[in-house]
Amino acid sequence: MRTLRLLLEKEFRQIFRDKGILPIIFVMPMIQLLIMPLAADFDVKNINLVVVDRDHSTYTQQMVTKIASSGYFHIKGYYTDYAPALHEIEREKADIILEIPAHFETDLVRENKAEVYLAADAINGTKAGLGSAYLNTILGDFNNEIRMKWLPAKATAAGTIDVTSSNWFNPNVNYRIYMVPGILVLLVTMVGGFISALNIVKEKEIGTIEQINVTPIKKWQFIIGKMVPFWVIGMVDFTLGLLLARFVYGIIPLGSLLLLYGFLSIYLVALLGFGLLISTYSNNQLQAMFVAFFFIMIFMLMSGLFVSVDNMPAWAKMIAQLTPVTHFIDVVRMIVLKGSRFEDIKMQFLYEIAFAIVLNGWAIWNYRKTA
Amino acid sequence: MSERAIVCKDLTKRFGDFTAVNHISFDVDQGEIFGFLGANGAGKTTAMRMLCGLSYPTSGEASVAGYNVFKQQEDIKRNIGYMSQKFSLYESLTVKENIRFYGGVYGLSDKQLKEKGDELITKLGMEKEAKMMVGSLPLGWKQKLAFSVAIIHQPRIVFLDEPTGGVDPITRRQFWDLIYDAAGSGITVFVTTHYMDEAEYCNRISVMVDGRIDALDTPANLKQQFEAASMNEVFYALARTAKRSAD
Repeated sequence: MRTLRLLLEKEFRQIFRDKGILPIIFVMPMIQLLIMPLAADFDVKNINLVVVDRDHSTYTQQMVTKIASSGYFHIKGYYTDYAPALHEIEREKADIILEIPAHFETDLVRENKAEVYLAADAINGTKAGLGSAYLNTILGDFNNEIRMKWLPAKATAAGTIDVTSSNWFNPNVNYRIYMVPGILVLLVTMVGGFISALNIVKEKEIGTIEQINVTPIKKWQFIIGKMVPFWVIGMVDFTLGLLLARFVYGIIPLGSLLLLYGFLSIYLVALLGFGLLISTYSNNQLQAMFVAFFFIMIFMLMSGLFVSVDNMPAWAKMIAQLTPVTHFIDVVRMIVLKGSRFEDIKMQFLYEIAFAIVLNGWAIWNYRKTA
Repeated sequence: MSERAIVCKDLTKRFGDFTAVNHISFDVDQGEIFGFLGANGAGKTTAMRMLCGLSYPTSGEASVAGYNVFKQQEDIKRNIGYMSQKFSLYESLTVKENIRFYGGVYGLSDKQLKEKGDELITKLGMEKEAKMMVGSLPLGWKQKLAFSVAIIHQPRIVFLDEPTGGVDPITRRQFWDLIYDAAGSGITVFVTTHYMDEAEYCNRISVMVDGRIDALDTPANLKQQFEAASMNEVFYALARTAKRSAD
């Protein structure tokens, strides 16, 4: 125990004397948490629309006003011909063209039927798809409104199925609410992953590891001595992030904090074991850095942070399941946003414990005092 | 203690096809200063690492402080001190913190650490530097400190791998005073060096050539045997026979 205490004393002193590492550990993640959720917004807004109006009637005026007032569209141009509108799309100034044919109003009134055309720039598929869908809804709405005016009594007689949906856990479908917990996990992962990956290898580089190897310090003592300080840093970082989420984004965990921290503590053991494992395999910090970077990229892109794991092909799901980060992002979202309880996240707990045992066991096994 | 500090018989280390250390045999008595000489790449460091329990021997037999180098590395580590070519105290810890860490790791109590630490600092005349970061000390001071820390737990044997490389002559002289003190207190000193004047200070020396020990005796006997006026000449005579190129 005394050896462990001495090791911890030494590690903490070294970390807190390293003036370069402290801002990386505590300031940078907070700045990122302030910036990233505001930018990483998958809501489709600001769709640029050009209108080709060949009719110039009261109805077309009303229709365009309705579209503009929805908040999703910017009317970028108003033409009487198709060619200049297409040119706007070619210049990337517009996303969708709404073409209103001549006699739109007359057709609508006389024949009780009129058509409009939509042309969307599908390079950004999400924007094109969602934009067209929004536009369809707005036009459908508009359609109902004018029918209401003409035949108030008969309007609903046709008997349509009205779908009423309610959004649970995130009633305003605010993307930030979804992203903040995920980004918080990512930041804790990056800080913990990198500093632990670089640590043992740094002692290899300066040569102090040889001196440690020739003392009676035991392997597990050395690894635990390395892990505990980073574990504490991870806890502090997560807490700072949670406070930031509370005061900046107004996200208050619905579930139990104890459960959240319980899971975090196991996750950190797994993550740091992973970093230390990289450290025991690398010969210098540069190598460790690149290997850690490689894996953290995979963690970022495959953990369900940006893209839902459910949408991935089977093989990618497998990879996603094999990263500790995936389960943690899942659990943090569940506990923070849905208030999930232990029974709901049992499986993730088991996964994380398995990761912690395997990665640390591997790191201790691979660290050799005698080569 | 009449027991031998190091007993080494046909100790060999191979890396693939390359035989770094080739059947070396020698004994070192308790309290002796044993010089371990050889050109760069002759296999000194490899041999020393095996004796310190840092590296598994390929074949042969050896015991250090009575413990087997194949099976009892961790027992060996409790009974030796080691100072490597690379400076290995923590530069971002102070002199006192380094003493506390390394002494504590060898099981010294807080009281012992305080006593030994103060004694060591007084002996090195580093009272003013005690609270300075080790990284800010001059090399010579660092080396003297590293040696003193390596023997703070009064080990049976201390292994020194080129401890005075890059150090000025006056400091080297002081360093050897420390070595004599240590030997006087019963610590066996196993030292590698490239300075032939330092070789003269040893009780006995061995000279490694291409992984073998080609000569082993007191400096006086070796000079006589090779009909040389100085250890320098002895070393030249032996090292010239090397076929392996230095790395």
